[in-house]
Amino acid sequence: MPEPRMRTIDYCLYYGGFRALNSISMDIPPNMITAIIGPSGCGKSTFLRSFNRMNELIPGVRVTGKVLLDGEDIFSLDVVSLRRKVGMVFQRPNPFPKSIFDNVAYGPRIHGLRKGDSLAALVERSLKAAALWDEVKDDLQKSALSLSGGQQQRLCIARALAVEPEVILMDEPASALDPIATLKIEELLQTLKENYTIVIVTHNMQQAARVSDFTAFLLMDESRAGNLVEFGPTKQIFTTPRDSRTEDYISGRFG
Amino acid sequence: MSSRSPAGRKLVQAGAFSLLWVSALLSVLVLASVVGYVMIKGIPELNLSFFTTPPRGGLSGEGGISSTIVATLYLVVMTLLVAAPLGIGAGVFLVEYAESMQNRLMKPLIRIARFGVETLAGVPSIIFGLFGYALFVTLMHFGFSLLSASLAGACLILPVVIRTTEEALKAVPQSYREGSLSLGATRWETIRRVVLPSAVPGITTGMILGVGRIISETAVFYVTLGGSYRTPTSILSSGRTMALHVFYLAMETRAFEKAMATGAVLIACIIAVNLAINAVSRRLTAGGGRW
Amino acid sequence: MTGTVSARGRMKRLTDSAMGLVLLGSALVSVTIVLLIGLFTLKEALPAFRDIGLVRLLTGTEWRPGQDLYGLFAMIAGSVLVTLGAIVLGLPLALGCAVFLAEVAPAWVRAVVKPSIELLAGIPSVVFGLFGMVVLVPMVRGIDVPGNAGFGLLSASMVLAVMILPTIASVAEVALRSVPEEYRQGSLALGATRWETLRRVTVPAARSGMLAAVVLGLGRALGETIAMIMVIGNAVMMPEAATSNPLTIFLSRARTLTGNIAVEINYATGLHAAALFATGVVLFVLIMIVNASARALLASGMRRG
Repeated sequence: MPEPRMRTIDYCLYYGGFRALNSISMDIPPNMITAIIGPSGCGKSTFLRSFNRMNELIPGVRVTGKVLLDGEDIFSLDVVSLRRKVGMVFQRPNPFPKSIFDNVAYGPRIHGLRKGDSLAALVERSLKAAALWDEVKDDLQKSALSLSGGQQQRLCIARALAVEPEVILMDEPASALDPIATLKIEELLQTLKENYTIVIVTHNMQQAARVSDFTAFLLMDESRAGNLVEFGPTKQIFTTPRDSRTEDYISGRFG
Repeated sequence: MSSRSPAGRKLVQAGAFSLLWVSALLSVLVLASVVGYVMIKGIPELNLSFFTTPPRGGLSGEGGISSTIVATLYLVVMTLLVAAPLGIGAGVFLVEYAESMQNRLMKPLIRIARFGVETLAGVPSIIFGLFGYALFVTLMHFGFSLLSASLAGACLILPVVIRTTEEALKAVPQSYREGSLSLGATRWETIRRVVLPSAVPGITTGMILGVGRIISETAVFYVTLGGSYRTPTSILSSGRTMALHVFYLAMETRAFEKAMATGAVLIACIIAVNLAINAVSRRLTAGGGRW
Repeated sequence: MTGTVSARGRMKRLTDSAMGLVLLGSALVSVTIVLLIGLFTLKEALPAFRDIGLVRLLTGTEWRPGQDLYGLFAMIAGSVLVTLGAIVLGLPLALGCAVFLAEVAPAWVRAVVKPSIELLAGIPSVVFGLFGMVVLVPMVRGIDVPGNAGFGLLSASMVLAVMILPTIASVAEVALRSVPEEYRQGSLALGATRWETLRRVTVPAARSGMLAAVVLGLGRALGETIAMIMVIGNAVMMPEAATSNPLTIFLSRARTLTGNIAVEINYATGLHAAALFATGVVLFVLIMIVNASARALLASGMRRG
């Protein structure tokens, strides 16, 4: 296995006195899609939001252990630079109430452009990479809120791509979409992984099996803290799981 | 445009946030200086006889404020007697009945009623004074009196009472109404026995807000209540509320110490009103509503 | 047995519809009051519009009841200038406060600042007027400009700025708070700082609500009476600059539309009284326009949100 892009070491997260994640150590391989699955409430989303420190927005959250990006501790990084490198797409599409263009240009505008790059070119490149360009190229000034749900979600992906991240976190990106829009997103993921490392949370096991290269299975223990039960290549997890709890879960015996 | 350094952007943020801190602190400072100044100048003037003797007129504003306290109390009670039933009734109608009345006769009536409430809320108080003066003082020959003033005051607080009643009723869970109706209760029985009782704290808040408005209003009563500093003896008596007394002391007798003392009492009343509202809404929350 | 039950049922239904009518009646009372206010003010103002004429009433700069001269322009100028002054002085503070409370304040600071602002909203205008007379007017008097007595537009603007602060701050805060959390998260996840998120996403999304807050503050400022009477000097005169510096116009004494009504109504008769009711009509129309635009702004914000 190549050098991991991100890794967590003995990572724990607490809401006040409640331990929500229990000592998770896991590697995120580069240019692969890693899926995180598990029953609802097991801490999948919380774990995902640990990679770009979004949990810090919640008062009373405390963490122990380490999270590394390219070998560097993300807590020693500036949070703004971290989130620039580790982008995120949310469960429900959340475009800003601005035009399509302004949504994609938002990140580059705040971070500044690389020398010699034009904003228009970057917006076009990002929209193309998110497979949305052909549908919106004639009217980039239209409000983003007028797009369909699936288009909005691809716009949010384009918006994340425009800041040129290394890692993209996706929190059930298709759960609010219809099957056709979902399919489009899944196809998009396959092309994106050539250039990006993707971590995706999904409650849909078929989706995890279809799109991901690696799968992590999280489950809460007796004290309702999320634990990493098993992590490995997706094929192995879904065909020959080592842990009986994983087998129970993927065969639909609980959760 | 080259890549912006996170450090520089953090600096901009620090600068902007400190400006925001400053504006909030300044606002609190302004409040503290108004309240503090009036309190510091006013409280030393206070003693028991200030509360128990009436003003004696005169250029230095001798005497206390007893008759103005009495006038304020009378006015508050009379205003509420008029505004409470009307306002609560209107609020109940708009929330509980208006929705279901969609026929051609009622729909425009309800629209007009809503428009009336909204407009009333935006009318500046001196217009209520002008109206009260023309209708109650002059045309109906009530003269400058508690009656004229309380009728004008009722118009003034009506929108507050209606709105808070509406909000209190909207906060009552729909399941309560469904529960009662499914047991065969009529709509009125449901309102009287289920909806109104659970909306009491909210409606009370509206009443207290109205009381606060009456205590602090000056312009309306300046042109409807007259300015007699004697204790009112009937509803047709002229009078002076505490707020009006402050105005007369400052503008006519220039007795600023007494004005400050009366102002301090007014502020204390308003603080009491705010505390009462907080207490009621805390009960509202603790009572396990939908919040 | 069944007879009594159905009789009782009829009785119940009767009570039900009777109460419906009673409640409808009380709802219509507020409409009646609005109508009455409108009709009365108009009816009493009619002689003024007939005998003086709308144009001379609105544009005349002379108000001399003794000589039957009734021009409201000076008072309109007074109301507009004092409102303008209050907005210039109070708006940055009010909006700063709103943004601070909604987006920046730690919980414990909010728990102190928010009730303070609410208390500020409840303090009687007569107390603000008193404070203005005793503290601000002498301060303003210290500005060395000929004819400056302290009473005038500047003192009045300062008092008014404080009085509209809570209105603007609380409505604007609500507007900011109703911006969906997803917008903020989306921006932060792209690596924006909290300030960048605030300036580029949250505030633009709350724009119409914040604008409505300002317009509501305008309405409140135009309608304020007692505090204005106490500090503005009440002289019927066109405000004018005392020196070559145009800003000294704010040291001029003036009178507001509201003050004009309050100061003179109790002894006015005949055409004089009618002219005061006409003042009320002008004020009413001004405020209706302002409030209608605030409502329209709030509604458009709702639709987009």
